[in-house]
Amino acid sequence: MTDILEKGGITRRGVLAGAGALVVSFSLLSRSLAQEAAQPPAPEPPKLPGSLDENRFLDAWIRIDADGAITVFTGKAELGQGIRTALLQVAAEELDVGPGDIEFVTADTGRTPDEGFTAGSQSMQNSGTAIRHAAAQVREILFTEAARRFAVAPGELRAEGKAIVASDGRSVGYGELVSAQMLHIEARPQSSFKQPGTFRVMGKPLPRVDIPAKVTGGVAYVHDLRPEGMLHARVVRPPSPGARLTSLDANGVEAMPGVVSVIRDGSFLGVVSDGEWQAVAAMRALAAAARWEETATLPDQTDLPAVLQGLEREVGVVSESGSPAIGEGKTFEATFTRPYQIHGSIGPSCAVAQMEGERLTVWSHTQGVYPDREAIAEMLGMPLEQVRVIHMEGSGCYGHNGADDAAADAALIAQKLPGRPVRVQWMREQEHAWEPYGPAMLIKVRASLGGDGRISGWNYDLWSNTHSTRPGGAGALLAARHKEQSFTPETPELNISPSGNGDRNANPPYVLPNKRVLWHFLPDMPLRVSALRALGAYANVFAVESTMDELALAADADPVEFRLRHLDDPRARAVVELAAERFGWANAALPRGHGRGVGFARYKTLAAYLAVALEVEIERETGRVRVVRAVSAIDSGEVVNPDGIRNQTEGGILQSISWTLYEAVTFDDTRITSVDWSSYPILRFASVPDSVEVHIINRPGEPFLGTGEAAQGPAAAAIGNAIRNATGRRLHDLPFTRQRVRNAIGA
Amino acid sequence: MAISLNVNGATHRIDADPATPLLYVLRNDLALNGAKFGCGLGQCGSCMVMVEGEAVLSCVTPIMLLEGREITTVEGLGTIEEPGPVQAAFIEMQAAQCGYCIPGMMMSAQALLQKNPAPSDEDIRNALSTNLCRCGTHMRILAAIRRAGEVMQSAGMTGTSRRTG
Repeated sequence: MTDILEKGGITRRGVLAGAGALVVSFSLLSRSLAQEAAQPPAPEPPKLPGSLDENRFLDAWIRIDADGAITVFTGKAELGQGIRTALLQVAAEELDVGPGDIEFVTADTGRTPDEGFTAGSQSMQNSGTAIRHAAAQVREILFTEAARRFAVAPGELRAEGKAIVASDGRSVGYGELVSAQMLHIEARPQSSFKQPGTFRVMGKPLPRVDIPAKVTGGVAYVHDLRPEGMLHARVVRPPSPGARLTSLDANGVEAMPGVVSVIRDGSFLGVVSDGEWQAVAAMRALAAAARWEETATLPDQTDLPAVLQGLEREVGVVSESGSPAIGEGKTFEATFTRPYQIHGSIGPSCAVAQMEGERLTVWSHTQGVYPDREAIAEMLGMPLEQVRVIHMEGSGCYGHNGADDAAADAALIAQKLPGRPVRVQWMREQEHAWEPYGPAMLIKVRASLGGDGRISGWNYDLWSNTHSTRPGGAGALLAARHKEQSFTPETPELNISPSGNGDRNANPPYVLPNKRVLWHFLPDMPLRVSALRALGAYANVFAVESTMDELALAADADPVEFRLRHLDDPRARAVVELAAERFGWANAALPRGHGRGVGFARYKTLAAYLAVALEVEIERETGRVRVVRAVSAIDSGEVVNPDGIRNQTEGGILQSISWTLYEAVTFDDTRITSVDWSSYPILRFASVPDSVEVHIINRPGEPFLGTGEAAQGPAAAAIGNAIRNATGRRLHDLPFTRQRVRNAIGA
Repeated sequence: MAISLNVNGATHRIDADPATPLLYVLRNDLALNGAKFGCGLGQCGSCMVMVEGEAVLSCVTPIMLLEGREITTVEGLGTIEEPGPVQAAFIEMQAAQCGYCIPGMMMSAQALLQKNPAPSDEDIRNALSTNLCRCGTHMRILAAIRRAGEVMQSAGMTGTSRRTG
């Protein structure tokens, strides 16, 4: 380590004192502070719907300016799931205006409510519900005020073109009706919604508002930000999770064309250049100039069950009823595994940060602008109010990927180069090797069938890490762990919650009088893990639904009928029946080498219902499995955008096909070895199905249940069941690679 | 050393290392957002552009090989006001989730449809063999390309909304 590097950990070669180049208003800071100051001291305020409960003022969500401009705020972020469009529909409907009349502002600590993370398929439930109530209450204020001015009953008024119109033709604009104070009031628990029969926007397949820019080269992603004076940075990550930087000779790198600065702070290493390709070249040179001490910290991936069981420190009871001991009769016993899997965003994580005076602004595809701000502020030792995190869309993340870490990288570097915007772009191998993975899981099931053809006993044991190590604390960020004054990750704790985590959907949705479901909790994380779409539900639904099929076989029952036999929730039965009917389950005569399977779950056991029936074809010689067609049925409550639900469900099924047939992180005792798309293959066009159908059951008046994670578990299970149907062999270990299929069928 | 690049019908003098991959020049020197960085290894197709009618991975193609050759990016297919047939079809079929891979998909599709206006499903799948999508939008991408082919065929179009002369 050179002396100059130790002083503040930075070398400078012409750092320019850049003028404030990013033009983004901070004007709303005062607004949010005013709101905080106005919080009433009432000890027990009434419970408000959705995220209104935490952000109680109407003007936190909706602003109407004197000129009639309408702005709606959400703390949720567009992640490619179409939430911007769906939330806009909700707001437009209840405000009785067109979607184009609204400026819609998403997650930004300087402007929007704090709604935590955009995760868990909860945006419609939390933000959609809040916006719906806030908009309905604002509409009521507008109508009441117009009625007062016109001296008529509100029932004689209608909304048209951002104005209230009386039956005699008098009209007054929304902007003329409200003053700022009128909306600075607490929401009420109850609202009077528009009747579904009068809907103009909700329930309709409004085209996604973000797609035109995305297909024509518009600025659509954080990757596309190009503020004046922006510098390009690359980080050099350690070669392995346990590595420590021991020495660095950066002189050669500093002399490279375009290089502005080499950043070293402990084991955090980066380079900043004027040009992006120069930064890539300098990153490679810097990697070659660094010496690391590596430690073998990774477990034996050839024996994950033993590894996971060996890490067990605590057991939590997820669900227990009756006497779960396995008695007489037919029994089924099996062990299922799921490997570590990646989010694998097609665009590696990227962020832009700029330090201006005392203030830092970070543009990030984080799922939680507020928690990310907290973590970044802690890492940099900055007061929270001097850090602003603005969500800017990135490549689809599917959970906690590298986005927060890229934001931290950019923030750390920007703090060392005040004035200039700094863009950090991760490389492909960095995303593959350093994003937090979906955790490996081990599941053991023992179940028995009674003489009446019903399940008489159910024992379910799962071994897993936590599925969430999201920010909040700085230790969640790679940069904070690697820097000299390092932060350590929080120790995860076992927590059994209604929506679940590693145990998500471990409790089957079926009527089981005698059951015990346990989560064997592993606090130590030999590989870095966090939330991957559906969390534990992916593997748990796979295991539960595989077991259901085996028990159906033992009962000599049809798998669909056997499930219905154990389902008493009419909405659950409805999706199973609809998927089976549209698939043609009753009369499916399949070609040789084909098989069919069904899978069902109610996501989180409290949200969307989804059933899928699908057909696979299997090449015996190669072990190649392809899903030929999939037919799904979903009930996610009242429908806001049917095409959005279809798009998300198709996506969930296709992504699950990829996870289930191809995907596993590989590693030796020291390094991650799956670092690109050839060492970590995913679904390709040659293997996509011929058709995927999504049938929606709309439930007007019922709560929004969310859609994005409903399909992953059922699709995986249906594939396993279809392979069983085609070959007579049950596969227990994900993914169902060609080799595993060949081994199973003895080809 | 300056290199002359013809991108979407306009000629640009680019002062950059001749070994620079085209992707970085498109995104930074020319401020074109369409081609995306996905892997830098030629494995995912999100950087796909067309060079004289062929789909080319811009992240692994140095600009020194492209002097004077006709390069088309997604910006060259049309505009948000006047989208080209492939773009219009992707909008019509709502063939995007996060959308990050989509411009690369559209360039592979454009190169296919210019050569083969009536491709079979297998032709389309083959043309997309390099392109990866992570959101699972595959079914809609296939549908959009079929739709674009129909439109282009019935209109006798070249696939861009501008006149290419």
